[in-house]
Amino acid sequence: MTLLLHELKRNKLSLIIWSAAVAFMLGVCVLIYPEMAEQMKEMSDMFANMGALSDAFGLDQLGFKDFMGYFALEFGEMLCLGGGLFAAILGAGMLAKEEKDHTAEFLLTHPISRVSVVTSKLLAVLIQVVVLNLSTLIVTLICILAIGEQLQAGTLALLFLAALILQLEIAAITFGLSSLLRRGALGLGLGLALGFYFMNLVANLSEQLEFVKYITPYGYADAAHIVSEGRIEIKYLAVGLIVSAASIALAYKKYTSKDIA
Amino acid sequence: MNAIQTEHLTKFYGKTRGIEDVSLSVEVGDFFGFIGPNGAGKSTLIRTLLGLIAPTAGRAELFGRDAIKCRIENLNDIGYLPSEATFYSGMKVGELLKLSANLRKCDCTEQARELCERLELDTSRKIDELSLGNRKKVGIVAALQHNPKLYILDEPTSGLDPLMQKEFFTILQERNEQGATIFLSSHVLSEVMRYCNRAAVIREGHLIVSDTIQNLKQIGAKRVVLHGTTMPPLIPGLKHTRAKGKTVQFMYNGQTDVLLQALARMSLEDVSITDPDPEEILMHYYESAKEAN
Repeated sequence: MTLLLHELKRNKLSLIIWSAAVAFMLGVCVLIYPEMAEQMKEMSDMFANMGALSDAFGLDQLGFKDFMGYFALEFGEMLCLGGGLFAAILGAGMLAKEEKDHTAEFLLTHPISRVSVVTSKLLAVLIQVVVLNLSTLIVTLICILAIGEQLQAGTLALLFLAALILQLEIAAITFGLSSLLRRGALGLGLGLALGFYFMNLVANLSEQLEFVKYITPYGYADAAHIVSEGRIEIKYLAVGLIVSAASIALAYKKYTSKDIA
Repeated sequence: MNAIQTEHLTKFYGKTRGIEDVSLSVEVGDFFGFIGPNGAGKSTLIRTLLGLIAPTAGRAELFGRDAIKCRIENLNDIGYLPSEATFYSGMKVGELLKLSANLRKCDCTEQARELCERLELDTSRKIDELSLGNRKKVGIVAALQHNPKLYILDEPTSGLDPLMQKEFFTILQERNEQGATIFLSSHVLSEVMRYCNRAAVIREGHLIVSDTIQNLKQIGAKRVVLHGTTMPPLIPGLKHTRAKGKTVQFMYNGQTDVLLQALARMSLEDVSITDPDPEEILMHYYESAKEAN
């Protein structure tokens, strides 16, 4: 408990900035929708027919004509990408920063087991990702009500749930990887999150590349797909959950037997 | 029961040697000095005792408990001061000490206050802004505030000014008199000789000697300084001969009467025959280990 509180306290500022930034940007996107909708009545068809570009961002599945279509596009970029990067930074740094900053020696010479160190740090990641998503959800809901759009609670819930799982998966993977490294995995974590994002764009382009959606968590969190189909693709999600569990297991296994230099 | 007991303890980092075949025992109540040059393996041994690293071979026990398997129980009894104490950035001294106490689930407020007072450490300062010496003091208070049974101190005096060193050793002596065991590493033999009752010397990962300070001092050699000559006497048993101007000095470990007879035949202005100083004693052990190899 001491360690968990310590972690949350240390990360407070970064969490506030990230949550505010993501929530603010998505909120602004919602608020400008009425104006956009006016201007884009005619452009919507054009957006849907830009060939590969439309396919990559799922514009072929959605129109800008209705709010949810517009929202899904912005959502994918703000919360899934923004939150994904936050989760990657968080997960990659949690264990590795102690060794990089040489504080591991301080921490691990106190009577606290390595299992509980890993558990506390995982909980700290989970809580922070949830806080970021929750604050974004609240701001989004307020903004949607403010512009007088109909709340499509079911679809919104699915979108936010998928985004949350996506961020947790990215955090879990980078957390697991960081247990293998000594010098911090920040670059690797960010690269991985961005890589996943682009993999999904590429997978949207060609049916032959659809298998990539099994690899990237952006596959099951594809907002355009969720809005048009009304569900999360379970086969992609299942792979994501297994990868997350395996990454966390790896972190426990590696960290409990690791030499701390 | 020994406070620290290692048997054939060996640690390799890949192919790099840390320590090799170190068998060492430190009794409860000892004030024990662990001496060796930089890179000899002092920190490796200490990290193994603390369970931070796992030995490649052999075993280490603290109060009869395995260093790896009983890490948590052991750490409850240990106060550890790293050679280069690094703390979380942005924290105040008081916050850090409180964190350390909380991680030990103990209320050490009173002890911490007293120690900070004696070491003249301001708890309201940010650790990042402290000098090296003051940061060392933070480490010292964190290692001492919970009144452990065993103190493991890795080069504790580096960075401390002489006054603080003295106060620090006074505190350690008090704790030692109350029954605590002190194990400190150092590359300065003089401080070990002044405060410790036992010591061990390590070099290139191997334990050279472990004995009481009294016995360690008896290396059977004297330091001889001759004034008024440019040449040492031509007798066996001379080492480290150095000549400067009309002064010659050397270490002598032969028979005393042979030396005196040789000196009597020389024309000298002055002679002094003294016990070797601590650093010379240390060199003696390092060299005897090299010869043994």
